[in-house]
Amino acid sequence: MKLHEYQSKQIFARYGIPIPKGRVAATAQEAEQIAEELGGRVVIKSQVLVGGRGKAGGIRLAKNSDEAEDVAAQILSMEIKGLPVRKVLVDEAAQIDKEIYLGITNDRAARKPVMMSSAAGGVEIEEVARKEPEKIIKVHIDPLLGLRDYQSNDIAAGIDLPREHWRQFGQIAHGLWKAYTDCDATLAEINPLVLTVDHRLLALDGKMVLDDNALFRHSDLAEMRDLDEEAPSETEARKYGLSFIKLDGNIGCMVNGAGLAMTTMDIIKLFGGEPANFLDIGGGASADKVAAALRIILGDPNVKAVLFNIFGGITRGDEVARGILTALNEVKTNVPMVIRLVGTNAEEGRQILANAKMITAETLADAARKAIAAARA
Amino acid sequence: MSILVDKYTRLVVQGITGHDGLFHTQQMMDFGTNVVAGTRPGKGGEWVLDGKIPVFDSVKIAVDATGANTSVIFVPARFAADALYEAADAGLSLIVCITEGIPVQDMMRVRNYMDQKGVRLVGPNCPGLLTPGGAKVGIIPGDIAIPGNIGVVSRSGTLTYEVVFALTLLGKGVSTCVGIGGDPINGTTFIDCLSLFEEDPHTDQVVMIGEIGGTDEERAAEFIADHMTKPVVSFIAGQSAPPGKRMGHAGAIVEGGSGLAVDKIRALQAVGVKVARHPEEIPSLLN
Repeated sequence: MKLHEYQSKQIFARYGIPIPKGRVAATAQEAEQIAEELGGRVVIKSQVLVGGRGKAGGIRLAKNSDEAEDVAAQILSMEIKGLPVRKVLVDEAAQIDKEIYLGITNDRAARKPVMMSSAAGGVEIEEVARKEPEKIIKVHIDPLLGLRDYQSNDIAAGIDLPREHWRQFGQIAHGLWKAYTDCDATLAEINPLVLTVDHRLLALDGKMVLDDNALFRHSDLAEMRDLDEEAPSETEARKYGLSFIKLDGNIGCMVNGAGLAMTTMDIIKLFGGEPANFLDIGGGASADKVAAALRIILGDPNVKAVLFNIFGGITRGDEVARGILTALNEVKTNVPMVIRLVGTNAEEGRQILANAKMITAETLADAARKAIAAARA
Repeated sequence: MSILVDKYTRLVVQGITGHDGLFHTQQMMDFGTNVVAGTRPGKGGEWVLDGKIPVFDSVKIAVDATGANTSVIFVPARFAADALYEAADAGLSLIVCITEGIPVQDMMRVRNYMDQKGVRLVGPNCPGLLTPGGAKVGIIPGDIAIPGNIGVVSRSGTLTYEVVFALTLLGKGVSTCVGIGGDPINGTTFIDCLSLFEEDPHTDQVVMIGEIGGTDEERAAEFIADHMTKPVVSFIAGQSAPPGKRMGHAGAIVEGGSGLAVDKIRALQAVGVKVARHPEEIPSLLN
């Protein structure tokens, strides 16, 4: 789960990381008022959960509160990479001397968190990693020990930070580590961390991604999820414990198991079709869950055919079949359906669906071809 | 024969009194696995499954009482890290964690702890292991495979069943099938399994089923080039997955241009691995 910049910075502030004074506004008038309070010169920053806000014109300076109102009005009417801007952060403008990158993420290969820093801050770290990898300092942190002082000093030295700032840098690095572990983040990033002309370190931008699997122990953070930023179908799916991702194609997919769900999408594409979604109904899915899943798939007007690929193990073919019947009774539809049922109780499932006018398939390849043909008909 | 699990496996089931734990213990016993104990804190002294399996309060007590050497974990995600530490401290040689949804920072600590202890972990978020004719530890349907000389290692669950089932339909048998799990931080890796299959006299070829996310397949490709004499056939799921989205498995995500299926396929093909375009093509690529 991604947090907005303003949410991330609020969390950082709780861990002693200095952030600019500022507040979130949903209207131009509010932005004007906040700018007035902050003394005029402000930065107006769109709050959308995509990168490249600056390049898209979603981050702009305003010299006074009147200008802040105009700029905010413009940004609030924008769409960035398809996402409408609903909120802006109004921050006091900083006088920047130097821009640094500081972040922590999980290094899968090393199986440890890694703290990364670079004197080339303010641009995307992936960009720096591609073009000038030598400019990034990486320090792996033992998850059982936590960040040590010598490590934050090594980082400060590695990015040629003047010595008089090491102490404050160390406090920020430790604050970031604490925020990362306390919140079960998979990414905690300050970019840029700036050195101001009056010699202070300040977190101008912030980004956090939280581990969805850990939200059960962070109900306060779970509430920060911005439902406006995801497809309504994805929100609905989460309610039923379904793993669902909306795509742009026209063949709806319902599969048990993530690997098999990905493979089903891949094979549709391999044979010239386009999947409308990724959907894993999970292990041991009940009829209710299957019905909810089918409603969500059919809620997409682009869907011209539905492919069910169920390999029964814990999931039982008869349960799935009953779920499909329940859903079909609720949602009257003419969308053709192709079903492939293998494994536990598959035969019982087929019998339940014998009168449901579904196209049956034996193999995955056969199922994909039939679904593609049905979507084109 | 097999790797990791066989007829010498003496299994303790952590979380045996839960819905899944109980059901799959029965399934494993039906398959022929030697289940010797179960654990559930607070229920020590009880017996389950018609009085066949004793329940203990802790893994340590179960090991002392029954000589268990392998554990399988069905404990819910929020308690799983503790169950893993407990198993690691009880002196088992193999721990298999089926539980899905364990926080990744928990797993980083667990993995680093287990590395220090020298304990082998398979999973989490995995279907476990199946040695046809030997033992099954986990939830892989026992009847989908027949004994044979093909080693199977996979990050996925049902996709693995799909592949194994396709092999069975053509009369091709499996030595051991290992599901290493779909989480970003896990125990046993592709390389560990490839190495074990290379040493196993009863495995002649290997099927490796990868997916998007991370770089384990690329590193496996390097290992194959340097150390494998046995042929490896592969399939990589997620070629059509959009970047930045977690495809069900916590570990199946393309991030910052890393973890793409196309890069994994290229790395594997470069070292002579045949990569199937879809799972049903795998049997035809095997010897």
